[in-house]
Amino acid sequence: MTHTTAAEHHHTTPVWEGIKTVKFAIWLFLASEIMFFAGLIVAYISIRYSDPNWLLASELLSVPLVALNTFILIFSSVTMVLAFDSAEQGDLQKSRYLLLATAILGIVFLSIQGFEWSDLMHEGIQASTNLFGSTFYTLTGFHGAHVAIGVIWVLSVTAKAFRGGYAEDHLGIELAGLYWHFVDLVWIILFTIIYLI
Amino acid sequence: MAKEHGKRPYIRVFVGLAVLTAIEVAVAGLALDDALRIFILLGLAAVKAALVALFYMHLRYDHRLLAVIGGFPFLLVVIMLIILMADRVIKS
Repeated sequence: MTHTTAAEHHHTTPVWEGIKTVKFAIWLFLASEIMFFAGLIVAYISIRYSDPNWLLASELLSVPLVALNTFILIFSSVTMVLAFDSAEQGDLQKSRYLLLATAILGIVFLSIQGFEWSDLMHEGIQASTNLFGSTFYTLTGFHGAHVAIGVIWVLSVTAKAFRGGYAEDHLGIELAGLYWHFVDLVWIILFTIIYLI
Repeated sequence: MAKEHGKRPYIRVFVGLAVLTAIEVAVAGLALDDALRIFILLGLAAVKAALVALFYMHLRYDHRLLAVIGGFPFLLVVIMLIILMADRVIKS
């Protein structure tokens, strides 16, 4: 390294080749998560097309409701990125409320998904009913679990922000944001593959 | 990191994502040829995913190595999907 950035002087966060090592680690983790979801998605496609009697999700489920839920998750991504941006611009108060909004939108997403699951179960589709049930609950369940972990993560970041954290270093908000956006990105793919195609 | 980065198009990206989602739902309802419909829908989803990764996950502004880390498994996924589709075409 021929030069050091202000951040390196300022913080104790280890930096390698201009990248904060924690951020590097999060990206490696996300890379493994891509393969995790890829395995599930490819299994879903493969199973779906091998079954001529496949139940179409769009016939069982309310696509407008899921489209609304997709919109909610995308909206939570914008509140998250604006929370980070506000912290960067020095507006910590705005950042706190945007973080809180992100967590609440995540909870709304999970609630709507819970409603959808119970609706589907009332229609007699359990995870063990058929291949559609197994793959549907597996895919949306693993994604929902990721959202739930994201909500806990964002809530803990929010709590720290309200206690006066992140005044100097916003890395904590950025890392939670990377995970949150990744989970949103996975949903964009799942929404298309499960509900639209 | 806390360097000057001007105004980033976060809101415009959000509007783009919302509009693309509406288009997706509309396309899904059209009476198109199956292959064409799937192709369009996957294309729209890929554009949305790219917008999130480039702008919200900052890959457009961040160190290139991070994009390589995220892009490499994505490449493997594309290869996996191509093999899966080729397998389907051969069997049908």
